[in-house]
Amino acid sequence: MKCDRCDNEATVQEISIRNGARIEIHLCEQCARQAGLAAQTATPLAELLTKYVLATGIGATIPARSMPATECPKCKLSWDEFRRVDRLGCPDCYAAFEGQLGPLLERAHEGGLRHAGKVPARAGRRHAGRSEQDPVADLAQRVAALRKQLEQAVATEQYEKAAGLRDQIRRLEDMSAGPAAGTLPDQ
Amino acid sequence: MTSNPPKLSFESRTEWLRGEGRAADVVMSSRVRLARNLAGCPFPHRGTRVHRQASLQLCRRAIIGAQLSPTILWADLHQATPLERLLLVERHLISKHHSKTRPCQGPPGPGPDDPRGVAISLPDERISIMVNEEDHLRIQVIRTGLALGQCWEEIDVVDNRLEAQLPYAYSQRFGYLTACPTNVGTGLRMSVMLHLPGLRLTGDIDRVKRAATDMNLAVRGFYGEGSDAAGDFYQISNQTTLGKTERQVLDELESQIIPKVIEYERVARRTIVTKRLGAIEDQIYRALGILSNARLVSTEEAMQLLSHLRLGAVLGLLKNIDQAVVNHLMLLVQPAHLQKVLGREMDQDQRRSARADLLRSKLAR
Repeated sequence: MKCDRCDNEATVQEISIRNGARIEIHLCEQCARQAGLAAQTATPLAELLTKYVLATGIGATIPARSMPATECPKCKLSWDEFRRVDRLGCPDCYAAFEGQLGPLLERAHEGGLRHAGKVPARAGRRHAGRSEQDPVADLAQRVAALRKQLEQAVATEQYEKAAGLRDQIRRLEDMSAGPAAGTLPDQ
Repeated sequence: MTSNPPKLSFESRTEWLRGEGRAADVVMSSRVRLARNLAGCPFPHRGTRVHRQASLQLCRRAIIGAQLSPTILWADLHQATPLERLLLVERHLISKHHSKTRPCQGPPGPGPDDPRGVAISLPDERISIMVNEEDHLRIQVIRTGLALGQCWEEIDVVDNRLEAQLPYAYSQRFGYLTACPTNVGTGLRMSVMLHLPGLRLTGDIDRVKRAATDMNLAVRGFYGEGSDAAGDFYQISNQTTLGKTERQVLDELESQIIPKVIEYERVARRTIVTKRLGAIEDQIYRALGILSNARLVSTEEAMQLLSHLRLGAVLGLLKNIDQAVVNHLMLLVQPAHLQKVLGREMDQDQRRSARADLLRSKLAR
């Protein structure tokens, strides 16, 4: 079928009903774009769904800190600047960029992800009576793992599984009412 | 507590130069350093002049109050001359990085351009604490021979005393927070300075270097990061600071890896003495000949020839030369030491001549 406006092959079909009458328009991609009927670039289904699930399902309940930070709220160092100079700006950068730092630390420290060494006496007193593991950090780790699974489920179009994972993440997020993992003492 | 300018002794009272201790035939010195930062304060490279002045003052007061040694020398490096700073670099008391001025962020203001300092225990120079280097505090303990365990015990006490007065930046997950994520966690670097002329002569040095790198260890030269292996000296140190305890790092290095390298070096030396005694004696006596007679000597040549002398001394081939004297000469031939000892500033050509004079006078029979 030819385009209603030029001689090119029509690839976009627009059907509308006006005053009870069905109106069909056939346009080529170029004319459709001019008429505002075609998307500028096609968005893959999985990407669209990821955006949808993350934005409407979980995004609303996720505190800002769990999204990848682009800037440290305290010293205003950007992630890009850190990558350029290889130095963080202040102690708070660790909490701000916690998600992005993980893989980098893993590579630099033979897979090491958590501090295993000396604990300052002040922090020791603060942590006395708590369990060996930091519950907030554990929760954050579980959420991060579930989030990965969710992305995979969406990518492989397992939407039922994705919805279940989304609900699970939402429940865990609701539970984490404590301070952010990596929160510094005495600040 | 004394103030500027730094007054360091030129006698051999510096602990790490003594040429004593465990495995001193191969291990020149052991060094442990801890990186620490103040909570709620930007890391030095991102701090304004005001921030750096505040952290300097806070750390200085804590160091003085901690009574770490009967005598502690404090030097405000922003007020020291370039020659004095280089002198401290040559003595392994500050890093090259710390000797150089770095611009502060923000508008120019009153006070020094780059407020930074160092505290040194005297007369042994065993403890040194750099303030406002890459991190607010870089604490180091350096000792003669293989003594990482003793260094760790001593630095642990220093760290505890400072922590009692300073709010350290620390998180349960990441440990001690540092400017560079490669130091985060324990903030610990344990390094051993090894003299490996035997492995170089047998051609096995590259294999040892590769093996160390495979074990995630860093191999550096005489003056640390970015320096070459002057006079067959190599520093081997841990790189992993997250996920391992201080004891684990210590055990791996002091009980497993370093003893193996020492053994390889000793085997190489024995092989050389057994199979190529004439050649090695020739090399050692030629070195002595040049050092006792030359009129112009560069730092690099001096280091290489003194390395041969050190090998001759530890193998017992040079009866009249003591290892500690050779160690001390390795320091005195460095540019800043040479100028300080002779009491005048010199250009490179003048230094080559003065270096040759000094070596002849010290090695004269």
